[in-house]
Amino acid sequence: MVGFFLLPMVVILTYSLLTRGTYGGLGLPWTLENYQRLADPLYLTIFLRSFLLAGVVTVLCIPLAFPLALFISRSGRRKLLWLNLVMLPFFTSLLVRTYAWMFLLRDTGLVNAILLKLGIITSPLPLLYNDGAVLLGLVYSYLPFMVLPVYATLERVDPALLEAAADLGERPWGAIRRVLLPLTRPGILAGSVLVFIPSLGSYLTPDLLGGGKSILVGNVIQNQFTSARDWPFGASIAICLMLLVFGLLRAWESRTGEGIE
Amino acid sequence: MSLTLRAMAGVIFAFLYLPLGALIAFSVNDSASTVWEGFSWRWYLELWNDPQILNATANSLLIATISTVLSTAIGTLAAYALWKRRSRTLITTVYLSLVTPEVVMGVALLALYQAVFRYLDIQLGMHTVILAHVSFCISYVVLVVLARLRTMDGSLEEAALDLGATEWQAFYRVTLPSLTPAIAAAALLAFSTSFDDYVITSLVAGVDSETLPMLIYAKARRAISPSVNALCAIIVVVIGTLVLLAQRLQKS
Repeated sequence: MVGFFLLPMVVILTYSLLTRGTYGGLGLPWTLENYQRLADPLYLTIFLRSFLLAGVVTVLCIPLAFPLALFISRSGRRKLLWLNLVMLPFFTSLLVRTYAWMFLLRDTGLVNAILLKLGIITSPLPLLYNDGAVLLGLVYSYLPFMVLPVYATLERVDPALLEAAADLGERPWGAIRRVLLPLTRPGILAGSVLVFIPSLGSYLTPDLLGGGKSILVGNVIQNQFTSARDWPFGASIAICLMLLVFGLLRAWESRTGEGIE
Repeated sequence: MSLTLRAMAGVIFAFLYLPLGALIAFSVNDSASTVWEGFSWRWYLELWNDPQILNATANSLLIATISTVLSTAIGTLAAYALWKRRSRTLITTVYLSLVTPEVVMGVALLALYQAVFRYLDIQLGMHTVILAHVSFCISYVVLVVLARLRTMDGSLEEAALDLGATEWQAFYRVTLPSLTPAIAAAALLAFSTSFDDYVITSLVAGVDSETLPMLIYAKARRAISPSVNALCAIIVVVIGTLVLLAQRLQKS
């Protein structure tokens, strides 16, 4: 583990403290300049945008995951089957799932084709290559991460509590909202961390569905290492992103007393 | 269970499965457009006759197989070591490597390889892709195998030691057999993760190592071709089967 994970991390930390060479290589002297450049409003905006987008993704996942988790927790013998069905798309290739959305949302894609055929629109809608498409792709990709922990907490809720609420005159939805929802808060919080973190560091989804217009932190890092060829700067952004992710995890751990396990 | 809840769950399941379903349905469409014009295998035939795709498939299979074997072996031993001597630092490292964004992992590995290879005069290529895949697959293997080890009774191995087995014999004859399903599940998971990876692969790949995901990515960025749908359909079915198999194994 030391060789496979810690070593690359040490190297990237070293890179972030070096100067960019004449031909895009690396050079001395040691410097903190790469980190100072991050204070540029341009990059601060990108960090902020990534945070915001990941936040919206997380918030959107909650109302989608809750009914699904509730449904699964009440489906008796078939629980395991439904759970597997939730997880299956998650395991089958992020690239393919993202491509599926490109196929649906393109100008010549399925959604536009159907809408045109039905006569609802006369020219194709620009559905792909914008923030909305990225949002949709991220929610689609990471929804299972919200469903599982919410389901796990729902399983632990005593059904007698709901009966008690019903006896005291709550209607079913009132009971869900006022009894069940507060009790599943730890699950929702855990799910939020699990959705927020990969969304924040996502690269493939904004790249393909955003079409280069929706730049997030992940894309900037990749760009610095490929076309821009400014490795030290790219390394400093990567280190910042890592620190943010680890910081978030620590904050969550210390709040709930749970480990990332 | 109320009808509303069922309906909501139905809609969300549709959201999860419709995109993949549409992709698969239109991979057997006898037309290049998104209008249904009858059933046809022509896009699958086109895949079969495309040397670039066959080459990328061969690369992907080779890379995934080698990285699966290596990461399963190393990961299993690492999990065993972690089970015998608890080390918070190492466990934390495993979890941290799992939450590290792929793109960060990718550039870090790239930086490492460039730093080392500059002195050895080695180019990026198939070997760097395999090395990178082993790096990120190990964590998954450790997690799956360690989860199984934690449910096991450690006194069995102690009993073997008391009866005169060497440490290696105790591991090989007592612990390993009951770990087999977990190891198989871990291997399947490693294989599908490796076979599917684009982000890290594209960063550390050389000229000779175009993989299937890299090819799909390149094609997805260009104009749409239904042969990509066919390719994706095959991947969904194959990987889906592997994952279901892995879940089966983990439960047994």
